[in-house]
Amino acid sequence: MSSFWSAWIIVITLGTLIALMLLLRWNMTNYTGVEEGEPMGHEFDGISELNNPLPKWWTILFWLCFAWGFVYLALYPGLGNFKGLLGWTSSNQGVLSLEESRQAVELAREQGLNVQYDRERMHAEEKYGPIFQQYASLSIEEIAAEPEAVQIGQRLFLQNCAQCHGSDARGSQGFPNLTDGVFNWGGKPQDIYTTIMKGRNANMASWVDALGEQGVVEVATYVLSLNGRSVDRDVARAGEAIFKGQGTCFVCHGSEGQGNPMLGAPNLTNNIWLYGGSQKAVEETIRHGRNGVMPSWENILGEDKVKILAGYVLSLNAE
Amino acid sequence: MKRIKHELVEKNVGWLAVFAIIAISLGGLVEITPLLFQRQVNEPVKNLQPYTPLQLEGRDIYIREGCVGCHSQMIRPFRHETERYGHYSVAGEHVWEFPFLWGSKRTGPDLARVGGRYSDEWHHVHLINPRAVVPESNMPAFPWLAENKLDGRLTERKMRAFRTLGVPYTDEDIEGAGAKVAGHTELEALIAYLQSLGTALR
Repeated sequence: MSSFWSAWIIVITLGTLIALMLLLRWNMTNYTGVEEGEPMGHEFDGISELNNPLPKWWTILFWLCFAWGFVYLALYPGLGNFKGLLGWTSSNQGVLSLEESRQAVELAREQGLNVQYDRERMHAEEKYGPIFQQYASLSIEEIAAEPEAVQIGQRLFLQNCAQCHGSDARGSQGFPNLTDGVFNWGGKPQDIYTTIMKGRNANMASWVDALGEQGVVEVATYVLSLNGRSVDRDVARAGEAIFKGQGTCFVCHGSEGQGNPMLGAPNLTNNIWLYGGSQKAVEETIRHGRNGVMPSWENILGEDKVKILAGYVLSLNAE
Repeated sequence: MKRIKHELVEKNVGWLAVFAIIAISLGGLVEITPLLFQRQVNEPVKNLQPYTPLQLEGRDIYIREGCVGCHSQMIRPFRHETERYGHYSVAGEHVWEFPFLWGSKRTGPDLARVGGRYSDEWHHVHLINPRAVVPESNMPAFPWLAENKLDGRLTERKMRAFRTLGVPYTDEDIEGAGAKVAGHTELEALIAYLQSLGTALR
């Protein structure tokens, strides 16, 4: 802040305080020429104003407020560039990027500055750091077997993941169930970890233009037949020809419809349906495609918490 | 001292107004005026981008639907907030906000950094019926957003107004902006806006 604005703030702030003190002092003397307790000379409907002094308790309270104000201005930053005797500040407000924020925290730590938010973080780190530390060396499988870690994972899950996957982790239409042991992007601990860390972008194209309405119905029928549904065999056979031929469905979903975790292409034979398993829903999926997105949590949660979350998700699928 | 009496302000409304204005303006002169000239409230964070036309229209829908009544966009520098929402909000993120939408009520969660947290599809489902994905939610449904289409009639004028206020839109940005948003649903615009929130500080 330039010294002009600093002076501006100091002059107005202190000027106001001093002016108010003079005003209070002035109002404590009887300058009216009327004896204390006598009428002031105006009367409305039989009610007259008496010349009473300011209430004592109120006046004392007012003086105490001034005292409080001056003490506050001495201790905390209130007067322009004066930082206050405590050197207190709430946070590093001037930062322009996360990098600058990290540097500001470092600087404050080195110089022992009194930044309240940084201190709060440091205390938390001291308290919770060792807890996360003890899990950092464990594998994700070991975390899944650790009851306390699983509980931490559940809290993190409810805070960050339940919005899509549900508080019971059973998902809903379009958002995968995480308890059924089926993972489109791979169910190995490391796969789950990567999915949370980096996010996933599933990409099923829209097929109605390529296959036509009839083709869509046929392929959907074939897909349902892979799941043991009773369907019209002829229609399913036509769908199979498309699936394994010109429709190129097999490229992602495999020639037997077994899926491909490398591409996030679901297994089409396990009767588990992310977007619904009715004839209509499957047709809709083929007709217009699906683009499931799992956001990346790397920057929001960081490695330690993601690892614990991966352990939690894994624990939901333990037999 | 003796000659100045209470009657001056008790019987002359003009003097009362003058003194009242002086008394009220002191706080503003100290707390607001200097801020207008401070670097840290006028300098954008490094990656701040002006809203795209679609995001800008989405922002207006956010305002129209009164989202600000239940959702703040201001993460305070407390650990219990930053653990949930991310890095606390800094002034440089809001220098091109007219008006800012910090809000003061959190019936729902803070949205200052909601961008990228959920998929577009999630927002789509959630805005049409929040209970479809979050059974515990008490947020109202906004199904009409999916039906209403933007016509983009005012988009360019809005962008010019923002440019007057200091948002660095170029002529190319503004040229044809209306056509870019025309035909999109209000839902798409709102989601585009939400997905941009808080992503500039990185």
